[in-house]
Amino acid sequence: MGTILSDALLVAGRDLRIEARSRVVLDQVVPFSVLVLVLFGFALDADHHTLRTFAPGLFWVAVLLSALLAVQRSTALDRADGTDTALRMSGLSPASLFLGRAAAVYVQVVALQVVLVGGLLVFYGVDVEDPLLLVVAGLVAGVAVAAAGTLYGALASGLGVRETLLPILLLPVLAPVLIGATRAYEDALGSAAVDGWAWTGLLAVAALVLTVVGASAHGALVED
Amino acid sequence: MGTTTAAGLGQRDTTGSPRSRLLGAVTLLAVAVLGVLAFVLTDPDVRIHPTTGEEFGQFDAMRLLYVHVPLVVMAYLAYGLCAVASVGVLVKKTPWWDVTAHASAEVGTVFCGLVLVTGSIWGRPVWNTWWEWGDVRLMSTLVLFLMFTGYLALRRTTDDPRRQARRAAVVALVAVLDIPLVNRSVEWWENRTLHQRSTLGELKIEDLTLFTLFFGFVTAGLVLGWLLLHRFRVGWLEQAAFDHGVAAAIAERHAESDEAEVRRAVGERTAEEGPADQGGFTGGETGS
Repeated sequence: MGTILSDALLVAGRDLRIEARSRVVLDQVVPFSVLVLVLFGFALDADHHTLRTFAPGLFWVAVLLSALLAVQRSTALDRADGTDTALRMSGLSPASLFLGRAAAVYVQVVALQVVLVGGLLVFYGVDVEDPLLLVVAGLVAGVAVAAAGTLYGALASGLGVRETLLPILLLPVLAPVLIGATRAYEDALGSAAVDGWAWTGLLAVAALVLTVVGASAHGALVED
Repeated sequence: MGTTTAAGLGQRDTTGSPRSRLLGAVTLLAVAVLGVLAFVLTDPDVRIHPTTGEEFGQFDAMRLLYVHVPLVVMAYLAYGLCAVASVGVLVKKTPWWDVTAHASAEVGTVFCGLVLVTGSIWGRPVWNTWWEWGDVRLMSTLVLFLMFTGYLALRRTTDDPRRQARRAAVVALVAVLDIPLVNRSVEWWENRTLHQRSTLGELKIEDLTLFTLFFGFVTAGLVLGWLLLHRFRVGWLEQAAFDHGVAAAIAERHAESDEAEVRRAVGERTAEEGPADQGGFTGGETGS
């Protein structure tokens, strides 16, 4: 287990170093996510009341769309120059490869969330009523998004239609996460009277299931 | 139709056989009988309120439940079979499991789509809406349908069949995790669903009503079995056609290789015999 985790950290460090040097997420995905928030504002006629009411849902749709780009970027990195073959030959276990990749995507998804929460505060004028719930729900949902994204990124990897197939495969799986995270944020932002902690509990179950399934199934996906 | 084909494709180029045709005939007859039972012979759901004396119930809309509920169960069955076959793909790694998984996923998705359509038609008069976003069961069923739509999209990609089989198996195994959610959602989120816990249990189910519901399950089972059989055979023929294509390509390469060997041998012999008929060109590479 210790080896798996240390190998996973190695892989995550590699992915994050590449990202720090190429800055694709910072230069392209983050602006895209803010753009999505702004476009929602235009579409809803810049009505602050409406934006505050729907902010949780709009936030998580923006997170999922941006995470999709981050996952596609992560998958493309591994396909470049036969990196995936080299990783398979390296002797790292499939589980550690999965956990490492997922950890790197997770860091990026959390960074996206930080930027987007700033966007909610500035553009939509929301008030945070339960900051702890906001942080915990965001962190837990991020695990589910990263785990599912990494699993389905590996699934679509190497296919000529990867860019169009990945959203079709990934977004339905993330639909329950979207629902749970939105309900939790409705509570945290005070836009609806729901039990956000109960939804966060469900998110934790989803995150755990997706991580376990991803780590177990990754071997079958990188077998040859 | 049952003609014998060229080498490699097996004995038949059709998915039909005398037994499957008989099954098809019985299935179509059962569908017709179910239509008459459900939409003509059974009574509509009309109940009298004990205090006000007013009529209430689902009226004629209830007839759709004789189709909708069996479709739901058969969709679960097809997806369950897909899950079992997907485990078989990952463990046994044989084409039989893969073709079974693909066939059951495709037929299950047809059933799931029909579940959504018949449910929506039923919901219009009973719930006063075609679609209810707040209903957890409806949403989880839609998610299930979309996940298997993605599965089928993955199956249509041009990939190495063995690798595609493994990828599809993983997608199917994640997707079927939604089935318990669909099934138990009515109990787990009681206040977030319009689906009744046991709509049929509240109705007066006896005699013809009970028989029609039972007959609905039998008919849906027959349709499922019939479609599965043919879809499996289509998949098996596709597999055979693919293998046949690969075998033909390998044979072609071998033939090219043999031809090159012959040319090389002829070239070497010609070189040994001398350059007399080579127009002054010498060397053993002429034929290669």
